[in-house]
Amino acid sequence: MLSIHNLHAGIEDKKILKGINLTINRGEVHAIMGPNGSGKSTLASVLAGREHFEVTEGTVEFDGKNLLELAPEERAGEGLFLAFQYPVEIPGLTTTNFIKTAVNEVRKYRGEEPLDAVGFLKLMKEKMALMEMPQSLLSRSLNEGFSGGEKKRNEIFQMAMLQPKLAILDETDSGLDIDAIRIVANGVNKFRNENNAVLVITHYQRLLDYIVPDYVHVLYNGRIVKSGTRDLALELEEKGYDFIKNEVEAV
Amino acid sequence: MSTVDNIKEQLSRLQSEQRDSGLKNIRQNALNAFDKMGIPNTRHEEWKYTRISALFNQDYQIQNGQPVAISAQDIDAIRLPGHENAHELVFVNGVFSQPFSKIHPNQELVIIPLEEAANNEYASIVSENLGHSSRYAKDGINALNTAWMYGGVFIDVKRAKIASHPIYIYHVTDSRTANILAQPRSLVHLNEGSQVQVVETFATIGMQSSFTNQVIELVLEEDARLEYYKIQNDAVHASQVSTTHVRQRGKSFAHTVTISLNGNVVRNNLNIIMEAPYCESHLYGLYLQKGNSHIDNHTLVDNVKPNCYSNELYKGIMDENATGVFNGKIFVRQDAQKTNAYQSNKNILLSNNASVNTKPQLEIFADDVKCSHGCTIGSLDKEAMFYLRSRGVTEKSARSLLMHAFADDIMEHIKPEAIRQYVDKLISERLEFDTI
Ligand SMILES: Nc1ncnc2c1ncn2[C@@H]1O[C@H](COP(=O)(O)OP(=O)(O)OP(=O)(O)O)[C@@H](O)[C@H]1O
Ligand SMILES: [Mg+2]
Repeated sequence: MLSIHNLHAGIEDKKILKGINLTINRGEVHAIMGPNGSGKSTLASVLAGREHFEVTEGTVEFDGKNLLELAPEERAGEGLFLAFQYPVEIPGLTTTNFIKTAVNEVRKYRGEEPLDAVGFLKLMKEKMALMEMPQSLLSRSLNEGFSGGEKKRNEIFQMAMLQPKLAILDETDSGLDIDAIRIVANGVNKFRNENNAVLVITHYQRLLDYIVPDYVHVLYNGRIVKSGTRDLALELEEKGYDFIKNEVEAV
Repeated sequence: MSTVDNIKEQLSRLQSEQRDSGLKNIRQNALNAFDKMGIPNTRHEEWKYTRISALFNQDYQIQNGQPVAISAQDIDAIRLPGHENAHELVFVNGVFSQPFSKIHPNQELVIIPLEEAANNEYASIVSENLGHSSRYAKDGINALNTAWMYGGVFIDVKRAKIASHPIYIYHVTDSRTANILAQPRSLVHLNEGSQVQVVETFATIGMQSSFTNQVIELVLEEDARLEYYKIQNDAVHASQVSTTHVRQRGKSFAHTVTISLNGNVVRNNLNIIMEAPYCESHLYGLYLQKGNSHIDNHTLVDNVKPNCYSNELYKGIMDENATGVFNGKIFVRQDAQKTNAYQSNKNILLSNNASVNTKPQLEIFADDVKCSHGCTIGSLDKEAMFYLRSRGVTEKSARSLLMHAFADDIMEHIKPEAIRQYVDKLISERLEFDTI
């Protein structure tokens, strides 16, 4: 579904991603871990199409399409979703109004009819229940004054509404208490099926207790320096990143 | 003969005709003032960034008894939603037209020609308040309106009455056959404890230039409550100087929203004079300009007495070559302890050629006050754009959503539902249309 080959990207003169290779197939859950500043969010942003990063080398194929050629909204239309590490607050735009626009624009991109008011409301009710989102949150301005946990829940709620093929979750667990982590994980697990895939970016094993990955990768200094199964996450939890750093430096 | 000389000559002639006694003196004084000051040029401190003198390089016809060619259909075309329930006052080329106006029978307020009010039982209210704005707008353009005060309107809202019909005021300019200079004038008096909603709008019919030099003075007696909306969406060949001057007596409440969506050169003066303790006022403004439009909002809140509160928020979105000015004065007189005065001006520039000149001007002579001001000029938030687009929202819709969101905290202060929906529709059309 997603295949990243030798991806280099940076900002101005700063090289951040230095040759990423990663393949994700449908039905799989991948986790990327790595120390602060290693390039995890940059990778997520480049995949979602954030313009201020410049791709200098490499290719990304998503469901047979050249992803890097598409505008961010086209990528969303193709089924890519990024849950932001830092969701943006937009005063004056209600969450409901926003998500309705998003759902219908994605449908339009896919050549589907827009949802009517009844259909939209039904879908929204269902996903609200799933994410334990109170109605009051949705009629407020998007993310404005939301707690950290509410913002992250709102991200997964949007994912559930948009039903992407590949969901990238950038530190969706950070700042969440254990109950909120459980709600978020439950949302993701309900979403998972054999036709979609999830890429989880996290620092902690604890989320991976709930969202069990098939593969774990360690991103360090712009490269994936180690890949393995979920045992790798446990090992990282135990030993910290230093053993990876030492391994890399030894090479 | 130059346009200004021509205007002066016509004014002197009118003045010698002895049309009525009540307004003769105030007109004469204004004529003398205009004679001295003329049309303000950019050397005038208050007109530094707004050039109207150039607009007087062409001739204008001024309404002075000529027959008007406006039809009922013309008026129908510009009525605002909710008009069925409103008192509708129509000015044609600056002169109040009784035949086109529609006043519901009611017990709450009186609407009569200003000339009449100046000569009947309202004479003392008129002489006390008419022309008060000239103490704040010390320029020839204000004097010009007063000197040409023929065909104005006087409104008196009775004591403790809540007007059951809003007042819609249409300023219609018929420039089909000539350039028109229109100079509407109104005086609105809210007696103690009364309440009224006023909505003003402007429409030029015809392709020649129009210049509307309008003054409305509103006086709020104790405990009176005013909601005032100004909607400017006139043609690109229509310019105007529009002065709204509010005098507040104790514990009165003024709520004003100024929406400016189009026009050539548009200058608004909004003066709020808080003459007694415990007055409250809210000043909201939204301007969306493009093309070569110029919008200038000059606001002034004068805290004369203690314990008054004012809150001001003006927001603008400027595209193409549009230019804007925001000048917000807050005066706190020595007596005006415990003043609370807040001011904010926020702008989004959508093009490199658009610009806004924003200037807060606080002059505080009391020591126990809370005042704040702030201004921002920026572009659409890139992070927000990316966030929306990453959810599948097209660039065009994302821009439109963000601009709507930006305008929202002004829009929510338009309380009459019909008017808010109307403005919202205008804005939506504009935003759809403007975005690439
Ligand atoms: N807009 C930017 N301008 C300059 N440098 C940037 C920018 N965005 C990211 N970087 C740099 O790129 C590197 C990788 O940042 P990135 O946010 O991808 O790290 P991360 O792995 O997500 O870290 P964290 O775990 O703290 O979220 C860092 O050195 C960061 O400072
Ligand atoms: Mg990050």
